[in-house]
Amino acid sequence: MCLGVPGKIVETYKKDGLHMAKVDFGGIFREACLDYVPEAKVGEYCIIHVGFAISLLSETEALETLELLRQIGAIEEELGTELT
Amino acid sequence: MKYVTEYRDAALVKNVIEEIRRTVTRPWTLMEICGGQTHAIVRHGIDQLLPPEIELVHGPGCPVCVTPLELIDKALAIASQPNVIFCSYGDMLRVPGSGRDLFSVKAQGGDVRVVYSPLDAVALAEKNPDKQVVFFAIGFETTAPPNVMSVLQAQRLGLKNYSVLVSHVRVPPAMKAILGSPHNRVQGFLLAGHVNAVMGYHEYPPFLEEFQIPMVVTGFEPLDIVQGILMTVQLLEAGKIEIGNAYSRAVTFEGLKPAQDTIHKVFMECDRTWRGIGEIPMSGWCLRPEFDEFNAEKRFNVGDIHTKESPLCIAGQILQGLKKPHDCPAFGKECTTENPLGATMVSSEGACAAYYKYGR
Amino acid sequence: MSESTINIEGAVCAPPLTHNEQIVMGHGAGGRMSHQLIQKAFMSAFDNPALRAGDDAARIESNLHANLAISTDAHVVFPLFFPGGDIGKLAVCGTVNDVAMLGAKPLYLTAGFILEEGLSMETLKQVVASMKSAADEAGVQIVAGDTKVVQKGKADGLYITTAGVGVVREGVTISGANAKAGDAVILSGSIGDHGIAVLAARGELGFQSSLQSDVAPLNHLIDAMMNASSNVHVLRDPTRGGLATTLNEIAAQSNVGILLNEETLPVHPEVAAACEMLGFDPLYVANEGKLVTMVAREDAEKVLSAMRATKYGEGAVIIGEVTAEPRGRVLLKTALGSTRIVDMLAGEMLPRIC
Repeated sequence: MCLGVPGKIVETYKKDGLHMAKVDFGGIFREACLDYVPEAKVGEYCIIHVGFAISLLSETEALETLELLRQIGAIEEELGTELT
Repeated sequence: MKYVTEYRDAALVKNVIEEIRRTVTRPWTLMEICGGQTHAIVRHGIDQLLPPEIELVHGPGCPVCVTPLELIDKALAIASQPNVIFCSYGDMLRVPGSGRDLFSVKAQGGDVRVVYSPLDAVALAEKNPDKQVVFFAIGFETTAPPNVMSVLQAQRLGLKNYSVLVSHVRVPPAMKAILGSPHNRVQGFLLAGHVNAVMGYHEYPPFLEEFQIPMVVTGFEPLDIVQGILMTVQLLEAGKIEIGNAYSRAVTFEGLKPAQDTIHKVFMECDRTWRGIGEIPMSGWCLRPEFDEFNAEKRFNVGDIHTKESPLCIAGQILQGLKKPHDCPAFGKECTTENPLGATMVSSEGACAAYYKYGR
Repeated sequence: MSESTINIEGAVCAPPLTHNEQIVMGHGAGGRMSHQLIQKAFMSAFDNPALRAGDDAARIESNLHANLAISTDAHVVFPLFFPGGDIGKLAVCGTVNDVAMLGAKPLYLTAGFILEEGLSMETLKQVVASMKSAADEAGVQIVAGDTKVVQKGKADGLYITTAGVGVVREGVTISGANAKAGDAVILSGSIGDHGIAVLAARGELGFQSSLQSDVAPLNHLIDAMMNASSNVHVLRDPTRGGLATTLNEIAAQSNVGILLNEETLPVHPEVAAACEMLGFDPLYVANEGKLVTMVAREDAEKVLSAMRATKYGEGAVIIGEVTAEPRGRVLLKTALGSTRIVDMLAGEMLPRIC
């Protein structure tokens, strides 16, 4: 129920009373509403769902998680063959 | 694409699957409730790669599938009226009502338009003051903030020709219904990441008490999904009844407060019928009476609707995770994506459509 | 009332306007206005002996003892002009390509125009110029045509139908039914460019892109391929319905299986981004300047090199192989190592929210 895609804010402005942004999805640009994530700034990434930002992506959390997941394989390699 | 490519890294995904393999000691049945997750699982063949002890069961997480037949028929009736521009998200156009769909209405001359965002429907209302613009506001909690903003925006702009036909459904009551059912086999829950991005996951601790099963907030890319499964399996193997967050880059415990406040300003909880399942009390959202002027059901007299569901369709049992698409006698024969009998075959996220498209 | 002198002899019936700026119903009536339109808009641009003869059909002198390839298309694109092309270029390239996919040399095209009342002459001139340019690039002549005018609101500006005739190379039988187990599947370049470029140009979904349609005539590319190998079994251009639909058609026609390798599929990053945003799969998005071919395995590298050295084939890549089983099915090996089915496009591709 949630086709939400990460996009980078490249510009913010007001339109018809709404807090809007021009979002870069990787070369494709579209307008999105930032009313629900008002603290989002240019250069930051949000999850965009039907033209609205529904989450401000945390780079710190992302990097931590990826690092954690990379460790999983690494630890097993260090420990050697299967433990059964 | 940043925040996408990293989460499709094949080596990392394989690592995590290996870890799942190392962790399981017995069979576990997990449910993912979000249609988007079902789609991703089948599209990337994740279920093929998991150890056989893990069974993934698909829940009713597709708002397109669960929109009650009566509301589809009301939508068709409104869209057929002259002077109406009926706007909808793309996937609703193919959903069968009692005998026809929005495509049929369009073919008969109805002005039916696909919009990407509800704000596009508001813009149409501004540009066409002599027409009635109606927006089919469906969705789970993820889509509620956008849908309600369209109502507030129409109000702000003083538009008299904009209304919404609301069919919102909520995840927590659906989970309760599934977990509380005597047939329930689900032992662990993958929570719908974008629903949680909006609502947080503060609603779930009481569920831990009541149902004693672990739940993990899960995202949508292959790495997110296997990470969610790993966390759930780790909790199950350790006998821990807790909530985990495997989508922490996008989801916080509190969720988006401005969005929650706005939803509650415009919507109130109400009973909702889920197509194929039946009525689940207080499982829907409806417009508050102070927004009656934007309520399409009040603006349009759509009269007596007599609904007619296909007798062959077992979507209800599939949506509850009791049966798989292959269990349905009509699957792939009378019921295909070109000729869907029920909603689960229509929506690209419906379990039947996913299986038909990717996994026959 | 002052003294008025009525000058009867000065009375003249106002001559009709010449309507040089836009198409009106009179242009389709078959009379002088039609003739003038045909002369000014079409004949002068397409000019060739067959057209100059001015008969109802083109007389083509021929001493060929050969098989013919004949194809027809209707073109109804909106908007008429989009980044990378227009309806005219699309019409010529579409038919040139269909004929060429049979391993035939395209020679002659016909063009029927259905013009909407109110279409500007300037627009028509631009479309015709574009057709001439595409025809010149492909090396074909437009030798017969027709024009009709319909009332306002009935033709989205302009519809074009084309037919093409070509001569099949001697000894060649290229067909969707000829794929053999073991053949290499080669794609000439990135998928989805045309579909996304046109969708962006339509503006209904509100996104902006710098993508260009890939519309192009592919007959010279095919010449290069066939000069490199006599074991080209199948040629097809994946248009509406995308690569997935085309491969399913071929698998059914040849009664073989096709196994694709997801990691090798060439997708332009902007196409990928648009598809992510809308919930589309690039495998189903339309192309207008790409071809897929099935070639005997031993000749795959030769054909690939020949393609990469030719215009419109620079991005060619091997994307999979033809298999004996499962018959009539297209499968995809994902980047994760799992295998899934790739079905045909069911109905219309719709943006999704789920």
